[in-house]
Amino acid sequence: MEQVIKPSIKEDFLRHFDFLDFSFDQEFYKNQRKEAKALIQNLDFPTSKTEYWKYTRLNKVLKGKYSFKELESTPYDLQGLAQNRLVFVNGYFSESLSKVNVGEGVYFAPLSQAKQENKELQNSFGKLYKQDEIFAVMNQAYHQDGAVLMVKKGKVVEEELLILNIIDGENIISQPRNLIHLSENAQAKVILKTIGYNSSASFTNMLTEVFVDTSANLEIAKIQEESKTAYQIATEQVKQEANSFFKINTFTFNGALVRNNLNIDLLGQHTESWLSGLYLLKEKQHVDNHTYVLHREPNCESNELYKGILDDQSTGVFNGKVFVHREAQKTNAYQSNANMLMTDDVTINSKPELEIYADDVKCSHGSTTGQLDEEALFYLRSRGIGYKTAMATLLKAFSADVIDQIGIESVQLEVEEFINKSFKGV
Amino acid sequence: MASEEELLEEITSSEYKYGFVTDIESDKAPKGLNEDIIRFISAKKNEPEWMLDYRLKAYRIWKKMIEPEWAHLKYPKPDFQDIHYYSAPKPKKQLDSLDEVDPEMLATFEKLGISLDEQKRLTGVAVDFVMDSVSVATSFKEKLGELGIIFCSFSEAVQEHPELVKQYLGTVVPTSDNFYAALNSAVFTDGSFCYIPKGVRCPMELSTYFRINEANTGQFERTLVIADEGSYVSYLEGCTAPMRDENQLHAAVVELVALNNAEIKYSTIQNWYPGSKEGKGGIYNFVTKRGLCLENSKISWTQVETGSAVTWKYPGCVLKGDNSVGEFYSVAVTANHQQADTGSKMLHIGKNTKSTIISKGISAGQSNNSYRGLVKINKNATNSRNFTQCDSLLMGNNCGAHTFPYIEISNKSSKVEHEATTSKIGEDQIFYCKQRGMDEETAINLIVNGYCKEVLNQLPMEFAVEAQKLLEISLEGSVG
Amino acid sequence: MIEIKNLHASIDGTPILNGINLKVNAGEVHAIMGPNGSGKSTLSSVLAGRDEYEVTAGEVSFFGEDLLDMEPEDRAAAGLFLAFQYPVEIPGVSNVNFLKSAINEIRKKKGLDAISAKEFLQMVKEKSKLVELDGKLANRSVNEGFSGGEKKRNEIFQMAMLEPKLSILDETDSGLDIDALRIVANGVNELKTEENASIVITHYQRLLDYIVPDFVHVLYKGKIVKTGGKELALELEEKGYDWIKEETGVSA
Repeated sequence: MEQVIKPSIKEDFLRHFDFLDFSFDQEFYKNQRKEAKALIQNLDFPTSKTEYWKYTRLNKVLKGKYSFKELESTPYDLQGLAQNRLVFVNGYFSESLSKVNVGEGVYFAPLSQAKQENKELQNSFGKLYKQDEIFAVMNQAYHQDGAVLMVKKGKVVEEELLILNIIDGENIISQPRNLIHLSENAQAKVILKTIGYNSSASFTNMLTEVFVDTSANLEIAKIQEESKTAYQIATEQVKQEANSFFKINTFTFNGALVRNNLNIDLLGQHTESWLSGLYLLKEKQHVDNHTYVLHREPNCESNELYKGILDDQSTGVFNGKVFVHREAQKTNAYQSNANMLMTDDVTINSKPELEIYADDVKCSHGSTTGQLDEEALFYLRSRGIGYKTAMATLLKAFSADVIDQIGIESVQLEVEEFINKSFKGV
Repeated sequence: MASEEELLEEITSSEYKYGFVTDIESDKAPKGLNEDIIRFISAKKNEPEWMLDYRLKAYRIWKKMIEPEWAHLKYPKPDFQDIHYYSAPKPKKQLDSLDEVDPEMLATFEKLGISLDEQKRLTGVAVDFVMDSVSVATSFKEKLGELGIIFCSFSEAVQEHPELVKQYLGTVVPTSDNFYAALNSAVFTDGSFCYIPKGVRCPMELSTYFRINEANTGQFERTLVIADEGSYVSYLEGCTAPMRDENQLHAAVVELVALNNAEIKYSTIQNWYPGSKEGKGGIYNFVTKRGLCLENSKISWTQVETGSAVTWKYPGCVLKGDNSVGEFYSVAVTANHQQADTGSKMLHIGKNTKSTIISKGISAGQSNNSYRGLVKINKNATNSRNFTQCDSLLMGNNCGAHTFPYIEISNKSSKVEHEATTSKIGEDQIFYCKQRGMDEETAINLIVNGYCKEVLNQLPMEFAVEAQKLLEISLEGSVG
Repeated sequence: MIEIKNLHASIDGTPILNGINLKVNAGEVHAIMGPNGSGKSTLSSVLAGRDEYEVTAGEVSFFGEDLLDMEPEDRAAAGLFLAFQYPVEIPGVSNVNFLKSAINEIRKKKGLDAISAKEFLQMVKEKSKLVELDGKLANRSVNEGFSGGEKKRNEIFQMAMLEPKLSILDETDSGLDIDALRIVANGVNELKTEENASIVITHYQRLLDYIVPDFVHVLYKGKIVKTGGKELALELEEKGYDWIKEETGVSA
């Protein structure tokens, strides 16, 4: 009897990377890739039994057939975008669309270039990714290009820096890889944005390693606006040292399936972390935000606030975990997830978790789910405000505390604008 | 001044008060589990064919299942082939009154501080006493009989009311529900059965005292409570177990059925042997408790749990009928090396269904106390509501308190609120009490009782007193 | 009754009290006034036995016993009562239950039997009238959901119930409107006897219109810098604290 051995989904999927050329890498990075490839051997894609992926099914994503497509440019209109920017198209660096003009002490360049010229990169690159998470390991083994931002001790970057990934084309696969490292007492604000342009059915697996050293201050605004058929997995692995401040606001506006993994490791005392997110879902979109805040040291504070507005047949997942080590006394950790459901066909799965081993702590979490206040809507309309405006007003009010957290004005405006236009007048 | 460490040392060193063994001749099945053992149990109990089939079917399902690993618990897995699945006191003769009960057993009651006689007279509680899985005495039967209420041992129900058992057994907790439920369905030896006829309000609290008594005997209780349309019953379950060195497995299944407009209140005090303060021995408590609510009905679970080495338990409600209500009130105390992974499941299927979950965890010593709960609101369960509050109190810095809620909502008109807090007893509160003249023990007891009040208030009066006493014993020495 | 000698105390290494001397006899009312941060509340906390404060020097004798060596609850049993500036909330614990526990603990220490339910309820009824405390408040959780005024009245109610020898009123007037202030002060005055004494700590003179002190002490930088009769309080009200600072030569 003849037996046909069918390749597994994993083997099939990994074939996508067979033709990639990493010859530009130096030995150090080649070895790193080799190690990651070995790790993949022992990992599998998550199934419905994997607790970490409980509410997100990846079959559609993993069975897709994708291709890498290098483009030097794209007709996407960049007008009005940040003056300091690194732009990537389908994961490849686009020199013509990028503009960099930073002062001394600030290094802002594509990864491919940084690997060649910036020796310091080797001290941090590849140090944070999770070796038991297949998508992180896959990125480590097969990443393309991405942005590197390194800010020297005490240096303050005044203007916001933009890292933009544009997906242009059909069935594009890309694996961008970024690294942000703020040295002691440095400050910066970064916009991390992915956009779909003339694209469909793409898959993006992005990994960003973030180092916030002692007393440094970093804010990231993460904006996801890929096409409505796009799949994206985006992971930020953050390490915070003593007295540092880190804030990240995640805005998910589009995408068929978006999964965000945000892992923050607090290594020093008196750190402050702010995590917030807003997801506005329509049609059959599925957005899954997983966050993990690890309090290892005393006297740290973390604040988490995720809000979602779910319309049509969309699905939202929130899984926030706060872990407080035995040593982390005087921890203050707050976590909140609120959802507004617009139809009876949406689903929200919310799992705010606390795991606490220290006794002198203040930790709380809350999760609320409800619908738009019809009375309030009626009230506004009875005062002559049109349905669309009334709706936008109420939704903006619902989102206000997340929007207020944004410390970058242009992003604030962009988010408000998006809410304004996203609600169809019925 | 007694330092916090000293206090905690004393909390954690409180001796188990109810550690004694009753010596009753028993007849046991050999160790191990296979189809023959199940046939032995079934034959021993003189069961009809359908009952044996049910057990065998469950056993075959169980064999294919694996023990769950997802709970936040660490313990050596029990060897299921090293357990006696049947052990019963030899019936001496049919008992007509309490006078005929084995005096040794009555003495056991006294040590527990529960005089059956006195309880009967003073509180009007009918007590169905289960000792190693077999009911020995059932009181107040006649009075209940007049109202058409059936309250008997599960085996008796199989013989006397097979149509009811057949109709409802496994309808709330199917045999394939989970590993321990499947095991229970295959090997359960006895338990309680209760049926309240249409429109009847049960005039007294029904109560059962469970005791696990034989060494190496797994205890597999099966309870089935059916409240027919428009009826009401309040059921109490209280437990103490003797001290043992080996771990004892307990995998009970409780099924409640509330038909249209019926109401069931189910209260539990659980104080099984938690193991020594070094973490040796103690009961493994893997229980499946679930209620089914039809239209306009209500099921309310209240539990105060201070015992067991390992607890795995999620009493819940399937709110199938429109306008039905599910409630869960719980206080779970863990000290020493105890571990608890417990919470509630509320499944909203009918329209306008409501559920409330109030969970209060207290962890001391090296224990771990986790809340794990599921609130699921189906698409058609429009206008449903859930409110969940889980608070954790930590005493000392070697214990853990965790919260793992799962919230799944699929329609817009429902509203779900979940709140959780973790904190320790406030130094300010203790100082305030001390300034008014209380010592630390009194202060802690007072504050803990206050913290648990919302739950204790749900218990019937006489049970509440016992529960408070239990909390004090568990956190005792805390303080002295 | 109480004699404080050269009391020094600090918190987290920062000295707050720098040598307090004070003697209070039975039947006396002492007022301690002083600007913010002068150490007024520290003094009350140290006397009641809050353990965040470290006594670095000095002694306090209370009816001949070494007060500083006693546990807070033993100080209470010995007759020392502190009316807190910010009474804490204890959810789920009813006021009456709280007081009953306190009274019985104190009685136990004195070798007395627990108070009977009847006697206790009678006492609650009687004493709550004193501060015009709504009967319902007695059954509510300790201080939970009480207004500021209710909390302070509750403190005086507890004082009435516990019948202390020495009451320390820590800024009991702060945040009170004039009606509440009057009620609280009346309560305190009603409870005054030849056998007990009070220390009234306040920032403002107003309270002293109602509770007339025998002595007024001015606390500044952790020391009593001036002592006088009740007219001293009026003088302070009129001139503020600056002249004291100048007069005593302690620079600000």
